[in-house]
Amino acid sequence: MSASILVWLLVIPFVGGMASWQAERYSRYLPRWIALGTQLTVLGMSLWLWAVGDFTLNTPSAVPTFALEYKAEWIPSFGISFHLGLDGLSLLLIVLTNFLGVMAIGCSWKEIDRYVGFFHLNLLWNLAGVVGIFLALDLFLFFFFWEMMLVPMYFLIALWGHNIPGGKGRIYAATKFFIFTQFSGLIMLLAILGLVFFHHQATGQWSFGYFDLLATARKLDPTAAWWLMLGFFIAFAVKMPMVPLHNWLPDAHGQAPTAGSVDLAGILLKTAAYGMLRFSLPYFPDAMREIAPFAMALAALSVIYAGVVAFSQTDIKRLVAYSSISHMGFVTLGVFAGTEQALQGVVVQMIAHGLSAAALFILCGEIYERLHTRDLRQMGGLWARFPYLPPIMLFFSAASLGLPGLGNFVGEFLILTGSYAVSPLFTILCATGLILAAVYSLILIQKAFHGAPKADGHEGQYEDLNLRELGMMAILMVLLLGLGLYPQPVLDMSQSAMQTVQMIYSNPAVATTVSGVQP
Amino acid sequence: MSATMSTAIGLKEILNLAPLILLTLTTVGVMLHIAWARRYHVIGALTIFGMNLALLSLPLLWLYNEGQPVPLTPLLVVDGYALFYSGLIIASALGVLTLCGAYFESYEGNREELYLLLLMSTLGAVVMAMSRHFAGFFIGLELMSIPLYAMVAYPVKDKRALEGGIKYLILSAAASAFMLFGMALLFAETGVLGFGEIGDKLAQGRSPLLLTGAAMMLVAVAFKLSAVPFHLWTSDVYEASPAPVAAFLATVSKVAVFAATYRLFLQVGVFQQPSALEALSVLAIASMVIGNVLALAQDNVKRILAYSSIAQFGYLLVALIAAGDRATETAGIFLLTYVVTTIGVFGVMALVSSPMKDRDVEHIEQFRGLFWKRPYLSSIMTAMLLSLAGIPLTAGFIGKFYVIALGVEERLWWLMGAVIVGSAIGLFYYLRVLIMMFQPIPTRDRVSEPLNWIQNAGGAMLVTAMVLMLVMGVYPQPFLDIIREAQPLLK
Repeated sequence: MSASILVWLLVIPFVGGMASWQAERYSRYLPRWIALGTQLTVLGMSLWLWAVGDFTLNTPSAVPTFALEYKAEWIPSFGISFHLGLDGLSLLLIVLTNFLGVMAIGCSWKEIDRYVGFFHLNLLWNLAGVVGIFLALDLFLFFFFWEMMLVPMYFLIALWGHNIPGGKGRIYAATKFFIFTQFSGLIMLLAILGLVFFHHQATGQWSFGYFDLLATARKLDPTAAWWLMLGFFIAFAVKMPMVPLHNWLPDAHGQAPTAGSVDLAGILLKTAAYGMLRFSLPYFPDAMREIAPFAMALAALSVIYAGVVAFSQTDIKRLVAYSSISHMGFVTLGVFAGTEQALQGVVVQMIAHGLSAAALFILCGEIYERLHTRDLRQMGGLWARFPYLPPIMLFFSAASLGLPGLGNFVGEFLILTGSYAVSPLFTILCATGLILAAVYSLILIQKAFHGAPKADGHEGQYEDLNLRELGMMAILMVLLLGLGLYPQPVLDMSQSAMQTVQMIYSNPAVATTVSGVQP
Repeated sequence: MSATMSTAIGLKEILNLAPLILLTLTTVGVMLHIAWARRYHVIGALTIFGMNLALLSLPLLWLYNEGQPVPLTPLLVVDGYALFYSGLIIASALGVLTLCGAYFESYEGNREELYLLLLMSTLGAVVMAMSRHFAGFFIGLELMSIPLYAMVAYPVKDKRALEGGIKYLILSAAASAFMLFGMALLFAETGVLGFGEIGDKLAQGRSPLLLTGAAMMLVAVAFKLSAVPFHLWTSDVYEASPAPVAAFLATVSKVAVFAATYRLFLQVGVFQQPSALEALSVLAIASMVIGNVLALAQDNVKRILAYSSIAQFGYLLVALIAAGDRATETAGIFLLTYVVTTIGVFGVMALVSSPMKDRDVEHIEQFRGLFWKRPYLSSIMTAMLLSLAGIPLTAGFIGKFYVIALGVEERLWWLMGAVIVGSAIGLFYYLRVLIMMFQPIPTRDRVSEPLNWIQNAGGAMLVTAMVLMLVMGVYPQPFLDIIREAQPLLK
């Protein structure tokens, strides 16, 4: 297995995006088929990697190890190289990304009707950028992809988004998203450069390489490490997003097209957690432990606050957006708890939330296509008017509220059990989020599907899900069910990476620092 | 510099004068030709030919001198630094020239003198890049500025252009007066005018007189680089000038002033004492923040670009504050990326405008839906705007990356904070212009432009700028090597 396959994972979507842009001249459907073919190819490649690769690396070790690495010189005068690496964690997220990419193309098949080629160009480039984030083993490259994926996402929201009545408009939302992430990204760049200069001071070498900087970061004095950690932390906290840095997300979701929402909730938010697992924890274990109580408090705040706010939303997409913030709070909690159980839970939670949130956003998009509104107050009584859509929505809402047997339950359960030993207080607080999740998920079902039907001229049935939409939903349901009933393959895949992170993060001091804030 | 005071002119010195001589000869040739016959295209070709010769002479000189500095009279020196910036200046002047060719094609007045003015101004800019003496600095500055007044006001029947020209003339003259007075004060204290000699003399001590002189020079430089609070002329003058002239103002004139100033700062220690650095830091932070904030409220793209250039030079001032080896490299790469990007942006504006309309295409509403009408030109504009915003894959990112790297290395945290805040604010207005081009427009307006824009010189230049910009963004190593190679041992 040659490592250059990693490069192809990036190149193919880029080329495919260009091709579908140009294909628009010839046909309206050609761009969609090209994009779908491209995305299926990379999905196939990543599944093939899963099948043939051996990701039980010789772990746990003090330094993360990778199954596949590709390295080429890029800007040697600054010690920057084009360095990609694949381990279990990144493979899982790449498979998720490429899978949701297929879903995103599928769900925009009818929704997007203007500038189709340019739309798919942006979608594919955005996906390629995210895959780049999951592969980068050079901090310059990481930052490069981190910023690069923003531009296509910006276009997706700004050009194909909705101007919902009462909202501030899609361009406002897109710009807000861009500025939030760019600003926090530049703070991360400062931290990266700071680390690089410490490395230069210590060794006389310029390097942005993952392993070089890892060695330097471990030897930093605590104050410096603390400040650098903060730079990374801010960038990841914005992207996660953590309350109080979250308020770009509901706007972005509210205005984004369905594919954009799938992309944002399913994939983009995971880059933050990935960044913490890949960079923050191994680089600055002590500093991370130091702010763990604070971060866990923010996590609990995110879970509860976003859960309460979700309950009071009237726009279904904003409701799901707030539920995403709430669920990502669990991820933050698990990352900072840092036990193996919690970390494994984080991985499962990321995948499960990616699938369930994507499904919910697709369903929201389908409701909007049929009803031309996303306002809960104008729905009601829909259960009788769609044979398939309401039960499917119920299924994914149940997944989102953590029903045992579905993927989200496994993730949340592992995170909560893994975190309890470290910080009972915040774990208990987060656990109340499960109740809130039940409340806002069920209120969504209740308001949208039950009650008296609204007299809106559509007396009879609505057009129900067609074969394409049903097929997509079926795949998502099977995957969530599979993850809930038999999560072992996923756990095996990420185990070695998570054990390494856990080993770096945990040392005897962990109990004392965190228990300091226990009640 | 051992041969500092040698004034002997030998073959080597004459050869080293080649860029200046070639530019001068072209100027004289163009002037005589205009007197003989007004043939727009022939004169354009002649100018381009002369400039290309001058440009070509630079790498040859670098090889011929084997990288050693060659003093030319006490006023000038030809070293790697001078050659690099001369190259940047002549190349951007060539870019502007091709834009002028397209832009003034349909102009009804006398078109040919523009080339003459542009040549002279470029000559002045090259002199500045080579100067190592107050006299050289000042001659270069004036030779560069005076034709510029005429260039800004070139469409003389346009009231706005005239007003802009006069405004620039008066304010710039005031700045020159400050510059001269500052030089005089430094001369009064030290009795010498060469950068190096002043630097040597000043090693012994500093008087208030010196500081006053330095401060006055700083004011003049800040004016020319349009650093806040000396920026007030910028937006008006940019708005009033024809698009290619605005491009010239934003690139050639600023690069030349920066190159000369940087050499001055490096060699004359009085500019590196804490009070001077503090003053500069204030200027830089103000430029980054205020420049970006003021751009938010503009609806005219030229004014937006004017404020953006104020902010960009705020970022660049970081290099001036951190003067040293790494800063020299940073300044080089930043200016290179800045010039390519700026020429690109103004180039698009010039190609979609024409002087015979009342005004250039410059109001933000005029960009609505441009992408669906002229997809290639607006793709270039999009890439250039992203480059100004410093997004990866573009040249601007590399420039900004270097500035931030330098700031972190020198621990200039306040400045770095301003860079980050400035970039975030800046994004807002770059995105505003950018998204305007992608706004949907009625289908009947959606006619693709004829592709012939690419065939003329302006279009070809624009495509070159785009390619260069992307290459710098994706694989900057060759450019870094050139810059690193060109600028050792400035002292």
